[in-house]
Parts: sequence; structure tokens; C-alpha cells
Amino acid sequence: MNDVLSIHARRRFLQAIGGGVGTLALGDLLAAEDPLAPREPHFPGKAKSIIFMFMEGGPSQYDLFDPKPELQKWHGKPLPESLTKQMQLAFIKPNAAVLASPRVFTKHGQAGTEFSDWIPHTASCADDICLVRSMHTDAFNHHPGQLLMFTGTTQIGRPTLGAWSVYGLGSQSKNLPGFVVLSSGAGTSGGATNFSSGFLPSTYQGTPLRSTGDPILYLSNPPGVSGDMQRAGLDAMRDLNQQRLQATGDAEIASRMANYELAYRMQASAPEMSDLSQESKDTLDLYGVGQAPTDQFARNCLMARRLVQRGVRFILITHASWDDHTKLNPNLKKNCDITDRPTAALLKDLKRNGLLDSTMVVWGGEFGRTPMQEIRNTRDPEGAGRDHHPLAFSMWLAGGGIKGGQVVGRTDDIGFNIVENPVHVHDLQATMLHAMGFDHTRLTYRHMGRDFRLTDVDGKVVKAMLA
Amino acid sequence: MYRLALLAVLPAMAAVDYVTDVAPLLKKRCSGCHGAAQANSGFRVDSAPALLAGGYTGPVVIPGKSSGSSLIERVTSAKEGFQMPPMGARLTAAEVSLLREWIDAGAKHNETPAVSTAPKRAKHWAFEPLTRPVPPSASGVRNPIDNFVFARLAKEGVAPSPEASKATLLRRASLDLRGLPPTPQEVSEFLADARPDAYERMVDRFLASPHYGERFARPWLDLARYADSDGFEKDLVRPWAWRYRQWVIDALNQDLPFDRFTVEQIAGDLLPNATVEQRVATGFHRMTLYNREAGVSRQEDRFEQTINRANTIATTWMGLTAGCAQCHDHKYDPISQREYYQLFAFMDAAQHEDIDAPLPGELGPYLRAKPSYDKKRQDLLTEYNVPALQATFETQLIKAIRKPGDNLEWDFWVTSCTAMVERCQQLWLKPPAERTPREAEMLTDYFIANVGPDLPRDQAVLDKIKELRTKLSELKRTLPRFTQAYTMAADPRAEPTHIALKGDYKRPGLAVQPGTLAVLPPFNPGQEPPRLAFAKWLTSVENPLTPRVIANRAWQEFFGRGIVKTAEDFGTQGDRPTHPELLDWLAVELREGGWSLKHLHKTIVLSATYRQSSQTRPELKDRDPENTWLARQNRLRLPAELIRDAALAASGLLMSTIGGPSVMPPQPASVTALGYGSRKWEESQGPERYRRGLYIHFQRTTPYAQLMTFDAPDSNVACARRRPSNTALQSLNLLNDPVFFEAAQALAIRIDREAPPNQKLDYAFALALGRPAAPAERERLAKYLDLQANLVAKENSAATLLPAEPSLAPWVGLSRVLLNLDEFMTRE
Repeated sequence: MNDVLSIHARRRFLQAIGGGVGTLALGDLLAAEDPLAPREPHFPGKAKSIIFMFMEGGPSQYDLFDPKPELQKWHGKPLPESLTKQMQLAFIKPNAAVLASPRVFTKHGQAGTEFSDWIPHTASCADDICLVRSMHTDAFNHHPGQLLMFTGTTQIGRPTLGAWSVYGLGSQSKNLPGFVVLSSGAGTSGGATNFSSGFLPSTYQGTPLRSTGDPILYLSNPPGVSGDMQRAGLDAMRDLNQQRLQATGDAEIASRMANYELAYRMQASAPEMSDLSQESKDTLDLYGVGQAPTDQFARNCLMARRLVQRGVRFILITHASWDDHTKLNPNLKKNCDITDRPTAALLKDLKRNGLLDSTMVVWGGEFGRTPMQEIRNTRDPEGAGRDHHPLAFSMWLAGGGIKGGQVVGRTDDIGFNIVENPVHVHDLQATMLHAMGFDHTRLTYRHMGRDFRLTDVDGKVVKAMLA
Repeated sequence: MYRLALLAVLPAMAAVDYVTDVAPLLKKRCSGCHGAAQANSGFRVDSAPALLAGGYTGPVVIPGKSSGSSLIERVTSAKEGFQMPPMGARLTAAEVSLLREWIDAGAKHNETPAVSTAPKRAKHWAFEPLTRPVPPSASGVRNPIDNFVFARLAKEGVAPSPEASKATLLRRASLDLRGLPPTPQEVSEFLADARPDAYERMVDRFLASPHYGERFARPWLDLARYADSDGFEKDLVRPWAWRYRQWVIDALNQDLPFDRFTVEQIAGDLLPNATVEQRVATGFHRMTLYNREAGVSRQEDRFEQTINRANTIATTWMGLTAGCAQCHDHKYDPISQREYYQLFAFMDAAQHEDIDAPLPGELGPYLRAKPSYDKKRQDLLTEYNVPALQATFETQLIKAIRKPGDNLEWDFWVTSCTAMVERCQQLWLKPPAERTPREAEMLTDYFIANVGPDLPRDQAVLDKIKELRTKLSELKRTLPRFTQAYTMAADPRAEPTHIALKGDYKRPGLAVQPGTLAVLPPFNPGQEPPRLAFAKWLTSVENPLTPRVIANRAWQEFFGRGIVKTAEDFGTQGDRPTHPELLDWLAVELREGGWSLKHLHKTIVLSATYRQSSQTRPELKDRDPENTWLARQNRLRLPAELIRDAALAASGLLMSTIGGPSVMPPQPASVTALGYGSRKWEESQGPERYRRGLYIHFQRTTPYAQLMTFDAPDSNVACARRRPSNTALQSLNLLNDPVFFEAAQALAIRIDREAPPNQKLDYAFALALGRPAAPAERERLAKYLDLQANLVAKENSAATLLPAEPSLAPWVGLSRVLLNLDEFMTRE
């Protein structure tokens, strides 16, 4: 099946170019599989589109999602050795002093979920949000953590969540890629490995939508080449390719012709898609487009909704970086001010457009942060931050297939370990795939003599998260 | 049962007997997973000696001590994942006490060790001895390859395809052997050459071309997972990685016999009186990822690199998916977890070593300049008080290395330095007098660049250091360039290798010796270093696997698929060979032909099978849809690098220098901005922009977009075959990427300069497609040129399309059409 996919990329393209195939038996070509054609999953899934809001670096759960008043008692003191002796940390030593959060938490929504005062907009969506306070991971460094989150292992080389999704479901967009990446802030540790297709055909890799220059790489014609010229050139190519197709009988040529036509349509549709001037002022204001400091992130969130409307299957929004080893308070505030309002706007906008029920939104980083403080300059205690913490952190989900207005899992009084309903990264992946309609143990791809899957050899669907 | 029941009440009544009591219990409850058919974790219970020998975790029964025996711990544990049996009913209290009693009584038995404890396996073709098959008789043959292929076709009642046209053969052989299209002059000469051996003469010319080494280096670099950066977060550039690539190109051009090619890359450093080139060859092992993210466990990263090396060797030389056995015995192939760590052990005993690897002409100027450079450097260091400042820094750093947790700031610097500098702690702890000059210089450079937490508090001192940095880098620029290389060397501190239980480096199991697979010929290192002996064993005359794997991949390069389609997997889960006897014949031909790759390549290219037309055959579409019988050639889309090369060659822009450092052709800044720290892409200037795709700098986390769009591998694990895709992003790339547009502009000018006015179109076809235009094509393109000329005039865009020569602007459009044709990017 792998090679069928990689060699033949047909059906929809051929429909798109209609008569372009000439005398070659159209039916034969149509019988082959288009790797991006929409496909039915294992069972009906509620999530038809996925927006993964990846907050790179590891946002602090202590200061956003998981209040721990108990930490006040420990503030400035080391934790008991019994708790920390097995702990492997990136920078600090296990005897570092505890840093209690200065944030104020209040209850929101019908379930009374507690959120910090720095994310009031997100908190206002509490009834749609399933907050998971019991996430845990195996990696305590960024790139391995990101790889685990996106590919299911800590080493580079496997397909990512977005690639698996499009491999499984195909795409509903005829004029845009099935997996799109939007980024803001600094670059991520993972770079392109967070949206790679790994050993899946490159058809499934994420296409970055760029905020400067062409939204899609090489979308614009070269200087001096007008739309008419591009069309004239494509017509000539089509006719010459057609002659070649007749001469050789190689269906691959028909596929290439179809892709040139798709490229041409993309040239028209991608600028339309990224043109936010079509949106109302109300909508732009809701997201914070055109305003500091939200503008860039707001554009990406609004773009995500527009992509969902155009049938794009998987959208990865990344924002870097939340890696607050130092100056936690000012840095976290800054990121919250950038992201909180657009994030809530996205949920509300999806909802009012009737898209939230079929769109799963996931928010979180690759791990959490320690209850202990990290100080790199002893003369600046105000500059304290937190180190990486893989044993317990928070993420949230909303929309398609997810049961909102609830909290899943619980951590101990100081948030160090999980005491109820632990959710491993593999469990999150299994649950996300379940919401799309997949049994995560059966969505596989044969490579190097083995059937690989996103969840490696683990993963349990977390029923409590599902609607 | 009666006895068990009694035991529960009267444990002391009679001694427990192995044969009547223990063996039946273990057989019933444990042998499903730990028996002759399947010995999970290397542990078997079907004989007493095997039971007492234990598994990968070590012994599980300690005679006389049931309480310390893990057998008892596991059958009594309630912990999921640890308890045995893992599912189903637990052992009853009576059964447990029976086992306890037998162990406490000394675990006595009367069985003698079996001769072999390895589970029996069915025969598998790839591991069978290799002999040269007799070619069957067939007609229309040019060499024995055709006997095998055509005899098979005859059996199916199918005739081979006719030979492709001369123009097609020329372009095919040129792309296959040099990775470049033929020049118009070569086209006309070859078409006019009526000598019977014209084709062979051309093949010989291509085999002798220095571009042959570039062409065949690329698939080898795919296997070697070649890249110019570390991978992971910081993804630091490896400025000297190309030195290994250079070695590969040179070795292939010199037709270094494949057995030597093997030995030098796997163990060149261990050869007696190893030359610099032989050590450079071990750069093969240095192409692994390296995680320099601060706080990463160096032990873990080293383990991952060694795993990657073991897997890469298994894929490259043995065609085996050994990686499965990292965590458990291979489910399908005869690779136990123990054997996997035996392979792993060859590389576990090696360490990184960066060396001076001067190219011809570099050494003299460098050596002449070095003494005065050294003196000036030393003077600067003294002038800026570096020895004293560094001594203070070292004292603090060493304190923190020895006793972490006392000083938060210095802990951070230890973590940071450990990530950035290889074997950093070991080096700092070495007394200064014992450091080599290279080591001493590296540490001093590290200090000057980083200085630690204390020094920046004195602004005056910091300013002086900044001044010093500038002066040192200016001084460095005066020292002539001197190429370095990344190599491997024996690790003098190597510790015994252990099986990593469940593939986890933190759970060492049994110790193992370097070794190979039981299913392959015996491996006896004798007095030689094991890694060197292993390299020789791979191409030893007894080893059937390596020549089959190498011959198959050679075939793949000329037909788009191997005789074994799964070039990376010759195990039981891989495809079976479509022509097993042909594969063996080629493998023997390679080995007995002095391991000459050029000879093997020439043999394939001279066959009638290779020379067939690639025209599809509708009558065979249902009977042989994938063309496995080879009743024709295959049309192959060019790999990413060769599409670029073909465009640059046709346009005349190509800079055809062989080898050297990597280059960065133009691409939008947004590609690398996606990586950590928003990396800059330093566009190459001048002719360096037009080097072959092989030389494009490969930055692992943000690779050059055109390469990835056209299915280049990600360079993280060995890639034995690329999977060509066909996508709209590829179309956008070729239509609009400035690199390809510049090629179209240059092609328009070249056509005008080099062709007589009435032959411009044919000349353009010769450059792009290696053939003259057909009448229908001529007619269509004439129409296009008219339309294009009208549009250019109407839109007044001539000067934008081709600023250098606006009158030729319509031809830019025509060139662009040619460079985007399916035929242009296809080897027919």
C-alpha cells in the first residue's frame, strides 16, 4: 500500500483537470488511490479538524492551571529529599528552594474550574474546556519532549501527529495542503521535525504558512510573470505533457499535470485564504488583530478558523517560547498577554460558526515546570524561574469529541506528582486519534520491516476526556 | 495435583523433585513465552540448565536463596508489567511454595546442558550460501544479466521491449552514471557515431568522469545519514562534515574496491599505520545526531548514537532491520536481543576524535604561519591576563563538577559546558600539564567565549575580554585554512557492553562481547581489534549477505527498484527477490570482480535489459502491473538534487567543481526562521550558488526546502531507498523558486548565444531533454512563443523578465516551460 500511495497521486487531481487525460483510459487512473482523498476512519469520529496550539518550551502549570496554596508553606525551602531523590532535572539540583506562585486563582464556569488571573479570556471559555492537570511525559529536555508529543518517541525520524492525521483521514481541501503550520514568536527547538512526515510519504508533511513573503513557499510568480503568462505557460506544458503521456502511457505524467493545475489553483486560493480584510471589524477585534501585543498570534488564530472552514485537516499553531528558566513573572505575563485573548476568540468564533463540535482544539507544551525555583544570578532573586518538570503538567482540550466543563486528573498538594488519572503523552495521542475515529493501535504504517504507530507500544484512550 | 495439595499442608514431607514437580509446573505456566519456540528476554524454562542460566537480566534463580531469586519475586509480585505470568491466573500459594522449596534446597537437577540453546529457525534465502548460478539459455542477450531476465520473460510468454532510441539511451546513461544530462555536443556526436561499440565507449567515458563519484556518493550519503549539523534544538553546524563527503566522492571515483571501502569506513582508524584518509573515512560513524541541549544526559545521548550506528551498519551492509532487537528479540528475523547488543558492542568501544585532515596544498602555508601565530596568540593571552583568569574559572568549575548543588550559578555553567564540549568534565579534571595542545586550546577558547558567572560583574574586565575576542578572531583569520575531520577512534576507557533491558540504557542486563548473528558465518576476531575484524568479516568470502545487499542496491539505481524491492529489509518481512538467481549472479560478479563497483555498474548498463525502452506495455498492465518481470525499463523521476543539477546544467550556470565545503543557494529566510533561535541562512555568493545539489548545506532541523519537497531523506537514520512523491508543492517549487527562474533566464540567453537563429528550438530541446523537438511540439511552442511575445509587449514586462537582455524575454517563458516538463525531470 505504501508504494501505491507514493507512486499514484491521482483521483481528485484528475477530476480537477477533467479532459486533460485524453485518450488514456481515465477509469484505470481513477482506480488508483489519491493519497489526500478524504477517507473514512475506523469508526465515526467527531473531530473532523484539529487545531493543536503548541506552546513551546513548557508553560508553567503552577501559574496558569494548577493552583497549589500548600506551596506557600514551602516557599524558600527545599522539598523533602524523599520526594526529589530520583528526580533528573535539566539545570537545577533537587535541593533547590520552592517558589510559590504569586498568581490568584478563581473559579469559572458551571464546573467552577480554577484558572489564574493572567488568562481571564481562556477562563471565560471554561464550560467548553476539558482541563487535564495530570499530563506526564518521559522527556525533560525540549527537543526530545517535543518529539514525544508529536511523534510518540524522543528520537528524530518518525511521522508527526499532523502527518498521521492526514494519512488517516485525507484532506477535505481541494486547493490547500491538508496539514498547515502557523508560527509566532521565536523558532521552536523542534523546527521542522515537529511537522515532518517522517517515513510517511512527503505528501503528509506540514506546510508552513509564512507570515512574511509568500504564505506558501514559492506561491508567487517570478518577477514579470503575470497571471496570463503563467496560464499560457501551463497550457503549453499541459499540451506537451499530454503528448508525452500518449507516447509513453505513464500515468505518472497525468498526475504531474494534475499537480501543476492544483498549484495554479493554490496560487489563487491561498492569497484569498490569507486575506483577513474580508473579516468584519468585530471579528478582528475579538481576536485582537491589528493590536499590540496580540496581532501576530491573533492572525494565526483567525487564519486557523479560516483554514478549518476551507477543509484543512490539521493546523499546528506554535508559539515560542514559554521556557521561563528566569524572570518567570514578567515573561509569563508577556506570553499570556499575547495569546490569551486570541485563543479564547478562536474558541468563541469556532463555536458561533458551528465549527467547534467538529473541531478539536488542543493547548499545551511539551512538559511543565518545577515547583522549585531556578536562579542563574544570585544577585537577582526577582529573576527566578522554574526548570523543566516532566512528572506532572497541565494541558487543555476543547471541541470535537471532547467533553468540556471539567477537570481530568489531580496532582498532589505541591503538584510534584500525579495522584489521580495520570495521562501520559501517549494516552493523549490515543485519545485524540479516538476522537478522530481511529483505534490508535490500528492506524499503522509498515516501515523497515515493522508496523509503526503514533503511540509506539503504549497509549490508552482516556474515556473521561471524551464527550 | 494430589502432591501439590499435600505440599500445602505438609511442606516438609518429601523433597521437591525437579522432574516430577518443577518442570511440569514451569512447562504449564511459563513455556509459552519462555520455551524453545519463543524465548522472551532470552530466558527459557524448558531445561534446568537454561532455567538456571537465566535471561538478559541475568540469573533468575539463586540456588539456596528463594527470597533473593527474581523468579520468586516476579511470580509473587502484584505490579503490572513486572509480575509473571503477565496475564491470566496467578500462581497458587502451593505452586509458589513448591518453587521456593526447590530453590532453597539448592535447585538440584540431573540434566546436562543442551548443545545449543538457540531456537530453531526455518531457512531463509538471504542467509543461504552464495554461489554463482549458471545463466539459463535465452535469446537476444548481450550479457548474462539478460539470460536471467529474458528466460523469465520467455516463461511468461512475453518478449522484451525493443532498445530505446539512441537519444534516450544517451540521456539515460548520462543521468544514471554522472547525474547530469548530456550536452548538445555529446548528443550530436553520439547520434552521429555509427561504430558498433559507440554505446560502450560512451559508458566508459561516463564511468571515468569525475561526476561519477558525485552521482554515486548521493545514495551512499543517504545511507550514511550525511548532514552538516548536529540535529536537535541548537542544531549546531558541523563545519567539517563535508570532509567525509569528499572522501566518499574520491573513493568512488578511484573505484576503491568495496571491501576496502567498507573496512576504511567502519574501522579505518584501526588499520595498521592508518593514514589520514583512512581515518577520515570513519566519519561515516560521525554523521549521527548529537543532542547539545543543556541538561541532556550525555550517557543517554551516547547510547542513542551507538544505537543509531548499529542500526545504520545493519541496514547498510546487512539489509537487516536490526533496530527491532533494541528492546526485545526480533519478532521475525533471527536477531536476538543479545546478538543486537553484540553488534552494538563494536561501536560501543569507540569514541569521537576530531583530527587535522589537510587537503593537498594546505599543510605548507599552515605550518609556515603556525609558529608566528602561536606566539602572537600566546602574547595576547598573556597580555590580557588569561592564564590567571582562566585558573580562577577552572577552580570554581571543577569545584562544581566535583560537588554539584553547592553553587547554583556554577552548576549552570557545568551543565552548559557539558552539553557543548565533548567529554568536557573529563577534560577540565585533567591536570593542565597532561592536556594535549588541541585540548588546551579548546578549553581556553571555551573560557574566553563564555567566561562564567563571576567575571561579567566587573565591567572593566569584561570589556577587556571582549576586546581580546575581537583580536583573537582577527588573528585567527591570518592563519591559513586547515581542514579538519570528524572521526572515530578506539575508546581507551571503554567499559563492557551490557544488554539494555527493554532498550532502556538505564537498565543494564547481561554483559556481552562484540559479535555477530548466529545465523551468519562464524566471527572470530583472533588478535585483531573486534571492530576491524567485523569490517573484514562483512565482506569475507563466507558472508553471503553483504554482496547480495550491495548488488541489489546497485540494481536499484538503474531500474528504480531493487531485485529485492525492500532494499533495507532482506529479512523474512521484506520482499522476496523477483530474480533470485540474477541477484546471486550479480553478487558473485561483484565479489569476484575485485569488489569493483564500476565493473558492476558497467555490466548492468551494458545489458540489453537496461537498454530497453521504458514505454509502458498496456498488454502487461494486469499481468505485471509493477513491471517486476522487467519487460521494459522504468521511467524514474529524478531525485531532488539531480533536478537542480539538470536545470543548472541545461542553463549553463552549473559550477562543476568537484568536492569542497557545503553551499547555501538562495531560499527565503522564512525556511530557517522556523528553527530554534531563528537561524540565518547565509546565502552563498558568486559561482558557489550554482554548485550541484549534493553540496547543499543540510541543516537537520530546517533543511533546504527544495530537497525536502522532492523527497530527500531527513538524514536521521540510514535511508536505503527514497520514495518519490508527486505533489503540487513540487510544481510551485519548479515554477517559481528564484533558483529555477534564474536557470530559465540563463537558458534563454544561452540558446540565443549558442544556436543559429533557425535552430534555437532544437538547441533548447537538446539542452533540456537531450533530443530534437518533434513537429507537433515545434508547432505548439511556436504558438506559445507568439502568445508570450504579445503578452510581454502588452504588459511591457521585457525588462523585468530579463533585465540583461529584454529582447529575449519571450524565451524566458519558453525555457520555463521546458524546465517544468515531466520529461525534463524524468529519466526515461
